Amino acid sequence: MSSTRAPLIGQPVERKEDYRFVTGTGQYTDDIVLPRQTYAAFVRSPHAHAHLRSVDVAAARDAPGVLAVYTGKDLTSIGGVPCGWLIHSIDGTPMKEPKHPILAEDKVRHVGDPIALIVAESAREAKAGAALVEVEYDVLPAVVNLATAAASSTSVHDIAPDNICFTWAVGDKAATDAAFARAAHVTRLSLVNNRLIPNAIEPRAANAHYSPASDSYTLYVTSQNPHVERLLMAAFVLGIPEHKLRVVAPDVGGGFGSKIYLYAEEAALVWASRRVGRPIKWTAERSESFLTDAHGRDHVTTAELALDADGKFLALRVDTIANMGAYLSTFAPCIPTILHATLLAGQYATPHIHCQVRAVFTNTAPVDAYRGAGRPEATYLLERTVERAARELAIDPPELRRRNFIRTFPYSTPVGLTYDTGDYEATLDRVLELADVHGFPARKAESERRGLRRGIGYSCYIEACGIAPSSIAGALGARAGLFEAGEVRVHPTGKVTVFTGSHSHGQGHETTFAQVVADKFGLPLEDVEIEHGDTAKVLFGMGTYGSRSLAVGGSAIVKAADKILTKGCRIAAHLLEASDEDIEFRDGAFRVKGTDRSKTFAEIALAAYVPHHYPIEQLEPGLNENAFYDPPNFTFPAGSYVCEVEVDPDTGAARVDRFTACDDFGNVVNPMIVEGQVHGGLAQGIGQALLEGCRYDEESGQLLTGSLLDYALPRADDLPNFRVETVKGTPCKHNPLGVKGCGEAGAIGSPPAVINALLDALAPCGVRDLDMPATPLRIWQAIEAARAKR
Amino acid sequence: MPTLSYHRPSSIAEVARLARDDPDAKLLAGGQSIIPSLKLGLLAPSALIDLGGLPELRGVRLEGRSLRIGAMTSHAEVANSPEVRKHVPALAHLAAGIGDRQVRNRGTIGGSLANSDPAADYPAAVLGLGAEIRTDRRAIPADSFFKGLFETALDPDEILTAVEFPLPERAAYVKFPQPASRFALVGVFVSLTGKSVRVAVTGAGPCAFRVAALEQALAKRFAPESLHDITMPADTLNADLHGSAEYRAHLIPVLTRRAVTQALA
Repeated sequence: MSSTRAPLIGQPVERKEDYRFVTGTGQYTDDIVLPRQTYAAFVRSPHAHAHLRSVDVAAARDAPGVLAVYTGKDLTSIGGVPCGWLIHSIDGTPMKEPKHPILAEDKVRHVGDPIALIVAESAREAKAGAALVEVEYDVLPAVVNLATAAASSTSVHDIAPDNICFTWAVGDKAATDAAFARAAHVTRLSLVNNRLIPNAIEPRAANAHYSPASDSYTLYVTSQNPHVERLLMAAFVLGIPEHKLRVVAPDVGGGFGSKIYLYAEEAALVWASRRVGRPIKWTAERSESFLTDAHGRDHVTTAELALDADGKFLALRVDTIANMGAYLSTFAPCIPTILHATLLAGQYATPHIHCQVRAVFTNTAPVDAYRGAGRPEATYLLERTVERAARELAIDPPELRRRNFIRTFPYSTPVGLTYDTGDYEATLDRVLELADVHGFPARKAESERRGLRRGIGYSCYIEACGIAPSSIAGALGARAGLFEAGEVRVHPTGKVTVFTGSHSHGQGHETTFAQVVADKFGLPLEDVEIEHGDTAKVLFGMGTYGSRSLAVGGSAIVKAADKILTKGCRIAAHLLEASDEDIEFRDGAFRVKGTDRSKTFAEIALAAYVPHHYPIEQLEPGLNENAFYDPPNFTFPAGSYVCEVEVDPDTGAARVDRFTACDDFGNVVNPMIVEGQVHGGLAQGIGQALLEGCRYDEESGQLLTGSLLDYALPRADDLPNFRVETVKGTPCKHNPLGVKGCGEAGAIGSPPAVINALLDALAPCGVRDLDMPATPLRIWQAIEAARAKR
Repeated sequence: MPTLSYHRPSSIAEVARLARDDPDAKLLAGGQSIIPSLKLGLLAPSALIDLGGLPELRGVRLEGRSLRIGAMTSHAEVANSPEVRKHVPALAHLAAGIGDRQVRNRGTIGGSLANSDPAADYPAAVLGLGAEIRTDRRAIPADSFFKGLFETALDPDEILTAVEFPLPERAAYVKFPQPASRFALVGVFVSLTGKSVRVAVTGAGPCAFRVAALEQALAKRFAPESLHDITMPADTLNADLHGSAEYRAHLIPVLTRRAVTQALA
């Protein structure tokens, strides 16, 4: 018996999870109502920076339905929100790591900082109770401006009087400076990578429950990595045994990074659930999400590129100030350093690179990874600078890039990474063709007839995904390993459940991972179920971020599946009376090589669980294997993007008219899902370039863009019909699937393409520079300023 | 916890009585501003008097040379009304561009006008067409209806019942949306009726207003070229994250030219 079929890998298989999502039967944290459920609300600081003179909770405690009120004073016995990454300054000193209390103790440090937790019979009563808490503040001046934070006379934290968390650098400074000294041309640019607010469609939520019967806790939470959440919560915050805390991240409606972190609210709920003796649920309102989800980006940078007379890059020098916000979020210190500065070689063989990063505290929400995390910031400054250099040297921008492409692999960059493989020429050639760059002049002329200015812009990005070899991450400051775990459980009937430490919150793992395992065993897709998101089910996991799930989590599953096949071969050898070496697994069956004798996958599974005729002395019964996979290197997806914009010079309104993306993700498991990921990334990248910009009032530290009325998320009609293609590409050389990761590419590669296109369109008006988001107001002001200079 | 009563009267007289008896009550039309304000705790009225049970406040009727639109007519009904599309297509276009689909199906013309949001669309049309606001006790000309930020000529217990729009020869509305909310950053409504030109602006000031300089220039010749040399002073205009006063001042003549071009098309 054999079941030959076409491989599922590479097929645009429809997503298994969509049935429940489109029929409204998904199970999100807020859907979970436990017996004797109670509800929480938080009292939050209306000030960016203040001493707490007094917090009076008496009236709140007496309010109808209120069961308990807690403040920072009640929580002094437990730890603060921990940071998972330690960065050292150039002088060897560790970063300043101030305590991040679960509830404010003596001071509040950003608008929205939680001060008190109210637990009540209903969410309404909790909220009404919160309104009765009386707080007296001594308001302090707020540190808001990133660029001047270090010079401020106000300190966010006493342990960092100058507000500097660390000053870190990578690269050979002397060699870089020397290369600048002999350069024929230097291009300089100052730019801002605008602060973004993640806005997952499902706000953060948690439901915590303590069971006296088992003396254990269960936390349902919107998390991208439940095991990491459990480890941090148990070991670093609450000091409870890890095996006495179960963390479940059920269906999660998007994260974009913002749900990686351990947040104070979740810790407060777990702690209080034991004291209240009933489960406590909290779901953020959208305005709370705006104030308290970790924000993204927020860099101020100067970049300099040294070139020789032929347009060859000699050196790159970068100086960045990165905003940490008021406290260090879980991964915050690694984003502007390890995930930013190490990417500055991009696709180019620049021999010398030096980057210094100063991280500062401000009285704003914590800043951490957001789709791309460091890599968009690196790509933006590099691709803006390269395009500026091309303009200054009157070289066609794609041509300047081509002259500097890395062509031999593996390639070790001067900033610490080793690219295993790539073909940058291939994606650039293809995108120029797909984008019909030759037709641009005609389209430009046509736009001009309508009074509009058309521009074209390019971006060639690289990213490092699949974080990471744990040893390297550890050497770079990670306080955790960054492997992934997987378990393949073959049931007696030959059906399969796969447990993965990766977490799906929009990525479609239930489909792609099933495709991989179904192919491995020659099974139909529906015979494979993917389980994730529950520490009681899944052996371990480091979670989903940095486009790592398939490259790292998928590889762990493949390793476990290989163990299943190895064991299956031994069972088959026994049953077929052959030696182990003579058995091969092919087309869904274990076969004696060169004969027609075989056992199907299901027959072997049954034999493993009904071991009547079984090599019981050599082999355990059952067919269940797990594996941990620690990647030997990052993966390096890359691609080339072309953007065409039209600008209305009378109003400053800009529209992306065409956007073409050509990516090399290595092998592709599900091209439909990959295309969807690229679409989503492009939407967020174009959003960053044109629409999204978090703004705090410079004086008061109030969030000015605190709702969707003022924070502009991209909508469908802000976006063109994307042309997206994935080239056959260069498979990753060091993971078993040859995959690289695709979740962030669009958000990484697109912002510089958009701004470069705008600057091309506006060059005739004399506009040379433009910061994101390039809103109509900003574009109009840039045009007016250029006009005034003439 | 604050409590809120809800009434759904079936006659104007009953609405008037309820409103008179409880000065802290608020009239509820489509609820597209008041309900979010309640949820955010920005408003705490004692009662809501729902006008949804009064069919006589709903609908579009052609009366001679004017269109009468009931206060409780939804934006979607105005956008899709054959009478409006035939006689004042600019008004149908304006209504079709308010908010999103849900807002257009719930929100009403009367609610929008009584609220007088500085960035709402309808005030531009009412001023730009020289409409008349009908209430349970009088008729108020558009020119004396809008008084300031969220402030109108309506008495506290006065009930807006309908709007009467005279039919213009030509009219157009051009809106430049605020990128996040998509409310009008600046919206300009122009109309030409006989020799009379009206140019009304929303989004740029505390409430909708007319611009005499633009009207005079267009009265000489109703053509976009008539506006080439005209600039707007910025000093009284709104400024926020999305647009400085200077930017809004710049946009007013630009959008007016575009509206005139559309009106002539």
